[in-house]
Amino acid sequence: MALTVERIEVAGVSVDLAAMGAGPPLLFLHGGFGLAGHEACLEKLAESFQVFAPTLPGFGHSDLPRSYSTVDDLAYFGLDLAAHLNLKNAALVGACFGGWVAAEMAIRSTSRFGQLVLIDALGVKFGDRLTRDITDIHALYQADIAKALYADPTRGQRDVASMSDEGLTAMVRDSEALVLFGWKPYLHNPKLTNWLHRVDIPALVLWGEQDGMVSTDYGRKYAAAIPGARFEIVGDAGHYPSLEQPDAVAGHINAFAGANT
Amino acid sequence: MKVWHFSEMAYPQAWDTGYEMGTFRVNVPNSHYDPKLGADIYHRHYDEFQLCDELGINIMLNEHHSTLTCLNPAITVSASILARITKNVRLLLLGNPIANRPDPVRVAEEMAMIDVISHGRLEMGLVKGAPYEIAPANMNPVRLMDRFWEAHDLILKAMSTHDGPFSWESEHYHYRQVNIWPRPWQSPHPPVWITALSPHSGRAIAERRHVAAALLSGGIASGMFNAYRERAAEQGWAAPNDRFAYCALVGVGNTEEEGRRRADKVAGYVRTSPIVAEPFKNPPGYNPTPVNVAALKTGPTQSVARVQTKDGRTVDPTKATVQEFMDARTVFAGTPDQVFEQIKTFNQEVGGFGNLIIMGQGGTLSYDETRANLQLFADEVMPRLGDLKMPENPYGEQAERNASAAQ
Repeated sequence: MALTVERIEVAGVSVDLAAMGAGPPLLFLHGGFGLAGHEACLEKLAESFQVFAPTLPGFGHSDLPRSYSTVDDLAYFGLDLAAHLNLKNAALVGACFGGWVAAEMAIRSTSRFGQLVLIDALGVKFGDRLTRDITDIHALYQADIAKALYADPTRGQRDVASMSDEGLTAMVRDSEALVLFGWKPYLHNPKLTNWLHRVDIPALVLWGEQDGMVSTDYGRKYAAAIPGARFEIVGDAGHYPSLEQPDAVAGHINAFAGANT
Repeated sequence: MKVWHFSEMAYPQAWDTGYEMGTFRVNVPNSHYDPKLGADIYHRHYDEFQLCDELGINIMLNEHHSTLTCLNPAITVSASILARITKNVRLLLLGNPIANRPDPVRVAEEMAMIDVISHGRLEMGLVKGAPYEIAPANMNPVRLMDRFWEAHDLILKAMSTHDGPFSWESEHYHYRQVNIWPRPWQSPHPPVWITALSPHSGRAIAERRHVAAALLSGGIASGMFNAYRERAAEQGWAAPNDRFAYCALVGVGNTEEEGRRRADKVAGYVRTSPIVAEPFKNPPGYNPTPVNVAALKTGPTQSVARVQTKDGRTVDPTKATVQEFMDARTVFAGTPDQVFEQIKTFNQEVGGFGNLIIMGQGGTLSYDETRANLQLFADEVMPRLGDLKMPENPYGEQAERNASAAQ
């Protein structure tokens, strides 16, 4: 299924935005592979929230300003976007790479947000210098990447042969953007852990039980670094619970940040 | 036509492991390397380069990392040794992978030292580096060429500034006091060479009037050289043939059979060099987006890059025969007469080129065979290359028109 996408310009950057549903506002920041595969979760969330799901600069068909080179740029973009959408007391939800961006936004300003939800988020480092927390997908064969990312690798399969040039271009740009922002240090900001104490809104850290990219142990440490954060496990899911278990993820978020909570 | 000799300094003693693992780069443990054998390999190749110095064959070096096909990961080390132990010929480094080296000013210092030690014999190649060099260097493959050109500009400015320190504050590099000692022997700096595959790169190199080098595939050379000539003409100058270089594997013998047998051993280089573990072959961002879109459409990534023959056939270089490599102009082989004729024909096909880089050693070609190969080439082929008739530059008139219009 395809989301209805509009083109908006925020602080001079033209990006795609999918907006749907009604209810309290929710800003969803996608992972390293963009929004593809997460439509069901977004539509489920739209039953309870007014959902805004941008495609971050550099990903998909969104512009990449020449000056953008680090996740700081995306964090400030995200805050500008929240202002542009005039969000008030919104839930800020980030998955995988988008979780890193959400965390970077939250340490800068939570003035437009009421809750923070991180789903299998990247962005921090806990291990020593010889221990990598985040699986190096750029050193894995294609088949092993799928095994690392999904509880059931068949769920993550994309039929490349049937994709349009436009879809393939978006896919290639996703991988380039992930590399631009996350090559070195590898998918984390060494300083982020030190600043997570600044998150001053309720936070939920959700984690896929079979995540082979960043372990549940990493997720627990992430939650422990955020004051008062809750940690919850999503069963039968890997690194992308919103793809593998869309209803369960929407349920966790609704229970945490929905109108009735 | 100037002639250069090049060897990668391979380590064939571990190639069985490379074949077993399905990779010759990045992830083969160096427990498969014996430093005692390695020492002999270095000295053997330096001896061959000294022979080149006596024969009047210029020398080319390159560097690769974490691999059993090239034991020269620090090009400046070998170049420094050769700057001291050779006396006559020019030393081409092709080259410094400057987008993968964190400190361009250090590169400028190293190159200046080598230029001075060699009394001005340095030719300074600056290269993008192959995609599988990204993993060992761990430099971002996205915007790699932006970093390349910034490093290029900084190196040349460091070499050609003589009135004290300057500062450099840009996207990729930051310095407050750039003031290299020594400065290079050659002024304003040693000649610059850049390797290229595409016509787009050919145009970029033309804009800087550097030497453009095509390696190991005749199909690359003609399109790229032509784009260079055209861009030069647009800017009002006719690109002379000394702006172009082509590298081919060469096997020359007293009989055709002997020449081809030598080429077959040298070809061990092209047969192993492209075998790289899948994850390191094409990091995102190294190639432009449309190239990767096109690659996705052709199905699962081909295991190795193909080379094209003159009549449009594609050849898998890991399995190709000498004849197939000859069809792709990757190899010139046979008797001295035959090799000369092949070079002469190729020179016509690509519109003329002033620098022939021969890979006179590669793969398992032994020390004695290498010496014989180089000696025969120097005695029987090289003397004839000076008189090679060069094709007319098809953009010559356009260059003149644009030059006079600009005055």
